[in-house]
Formats: sequence, C-alpha cells, structure tokens
Amino acid sequence: MLLALFTTFFKIGLFTIGGGYAMIPLIEREVVERKGWISKEEFLNLMAIAQSAPGVFAVNISIFIGYRMRKTVGSIFCATGTVLPSIIIILAIAMFAGNYRENPVVENVFKGIRPAVIALILTPTIRLASGAGFNHWTWLAALVVAMLIWRVEISPIWIIFVTIVCAVLFYIIKFRRE
Amino acid sequence: MGAALIWFKLFWSFFKIGLFGFGGGYGMISLIQNEVVEKQAWISNSEFTDIVAVSQMTPGPIGINSATYVGFKAIENAGMTRTQAVLGSLLASFSVMLPSFIIMLLISAFFMRYQNHPSVRTVLAWLRPVVVGMLAAAVLLLLNEENLGSFKTDKLQFYVSIALFASAFAVTYVWRVNPIKVILLSGLFGGLFYSLLPA
Repeated sequence: MLLALFTTFFKIGLFTIGGGYAMIPLIEREVVERKGWISKEEFLNLMAIAQSAPGVFAVNISIFIGYRMRKTVGSIFCATGTVLPSIIIILAIAMFAGNYRENPVVENVFKGIRPAVIALILTPTIRLASGAGFNHWTWLAALVVAMLIWRVEISPIWIIFVTIVCAVLFYIIKFRRE
Repeated sequence: MGAALIWFKLFWSFFKIGLFGFGGGYGMISLIQNEVVEKQAWISNSEFTDIVAVSQMTPGPIGINSATYVGFKAIENAGMTRTQAVLGSLLASFSVMLPSFIIMLLISAFFMRYQNHPSVRTVLAWLRPVVVGMLAAAVLLLLNEENLGSFKTDKLQFYVSIALFASAFAVTYVWRVNPIKVILLSGLFGGLFYSLLPA
C-alpha cells in the first residue's frame, strides 16, 4: 500500500506541469476514479482544506490523502512521491543545463502543453460539481465565487474564511431553533 | 560567514516561506523573491526570473522547484562542493515542506475525527461551491496571453492554442482520456508543429 501511494504520487508529481492546480485532473483520474481511495465529495472538501492551509497546494493535497490512507507514514510517502520528480529535474538543471530554457524545441513543446493543461483543469471542475449533486443554487454560488476571484481579484483564502464563518453562524442559529 | 550558519539560514528562510506562503504557488513567488534575492542575496534577480520560467516548464510546484534550485546555488556560491550543494537543495526543499506538513497533519487528524459532526458537515457543504468556483477562476485566470499566445501579435499560435484547449477538454470530458496522455500528445504536437513551421 505504501509503495502504491508513493508510485501513484510520483507519477502525479511527474506530470504536474504549470502549478498546483494542474495536479487536480491527475488526482481525480488516479486517486478518485481509478483507485477509489477517496470520493468526489471528499476530494472537494480536501481542496478547500489544502487551499486554506499554508504551503504548497499540491503537497498539501498529497499529505491529506496519505494521512487518510495510512496516517503519518502514508503522508510522508505521498509527499515524497509528489516532490521527488521535481527535485530530481531541478537538480539536474542546476547542475548541468544552464541554457535549457533557450532551447527552441523545449519552448515549442510547452506552447502545446500549456493550453491543454488549462482544459485539463476544467474537466474535473465540472465533473466534481456534478458528482457532488450540485443544484441551481450551488452552481450560482460557484459562479459568483469564480467572478469574485477572477474579476474582483479577491483571494480564495478570504472567500473560504468568510464562508466558514457564515456556515458556522448559520449552523448555530439553526441549532438553537431546534 | 560560518559554514554552519548558512545551513541554518537556508533552513530558516525556507521554513518561513513554507509557513507564510498561502494560496498556492503564485502567492509564494513574491515571498521567495523577497527572502532569497533581497534579504539573503543567494541568487540574483535575473536568476530568480529564470527559475520562475523554468518552474513553468518543469513538473512540480514552484515552491519546491525554487527551494531545490536556490538551495543548490546558495551552497555552491558559498564555495562548497557540489555534493554539499545537493544536500543544500534537499535541505531547502525539506524546510519549505515542513510547516505545511505539520499543519496539514493536524488538520487531517481533526478532519478524520470530526468530519461526521453536523457542524463540520454544514461547513463542508457550504465550501463545496466555493471550491468549484475557485477552480473555475483558476481556469479563467490561466486563459491569458502567456499561455495561449497573443491574439494581436501571433494569431496562428492563438488559434492553435484555442483548438488545443477545446480538443483537450472534449477528449477528457466526453471520452475520459487519461490526462497524462493528453499532456504527452499536446507536447508532442507543439514540439513538431511549431518546430516544423517555416519562420
């Protein structure tokens, strides 16, 4: 099991190109759909947690899944698997390849990858929402949040924080009535 | 500077970056820049810009990538051996992960224990649309000139990017093609198409 955690996250880490969000389609595919280690709903919960904790988003997600599967040892295996590919590659670049970035073929490869990666993030976004039983109101709320982050440039952390406060208040009021 | 001091500084700088770097990779960039370029002067500003660019082209989160790179350079520039520099990059990568590791373990333990409590369930139900909105915003923010090419100066790249975006979405959403395959194929396509294009 520990080896499976390590190799799965090594594979995910190897293909997480262009920031932490690029990891989401890979996790949805490998961890949620193929391995069934966590459910779609749990994955959504986990992303809110990983986003509001400090540190690297992708690493936080792997720590949580590792802990969920095999406690602290599991999270060490998952986190190591996630970061090892990038550590090896960056070390190789720091040691040997000074002008790697000026290589035109490398740049062309990434001209192809970048637009595709954005679409790869869109797919699990829609799939996770439908899997979590979204209705008109939840879709509307998601749309408002997207606009607040995209156009008004409010940090997601603040939105998560305010949502938690509102949800707790809502719960207390409801609980008192009952 | 004492030999032991630089190891401690490396640890402490990246521990702080890991602790205060909220909001994923891009929120971390300015923090890293301030610490390793301005304060410690381990690498130059242009070297830092390079590492940001390299991070976009290599797998892995930018926080880890820059820690690995800076750890190596800081020790190498201090006149130590390459083996020690490798240790430096491992130390920096470890340090940047340590705070979030501790915090995430605490949160995970708390979550496992209380996830079925009605108050926690209420909070999570409220957070779900927020997360979906957050992901949608990430998609919208990424659909920029840097990733798609400029509509004004390079129409061809722009249209090819839009086509790649649309087909990557179609094959993963409708036919559930593995994202890794899509990354490999789009990279292969970009490498061939743009390299064979007459200048």
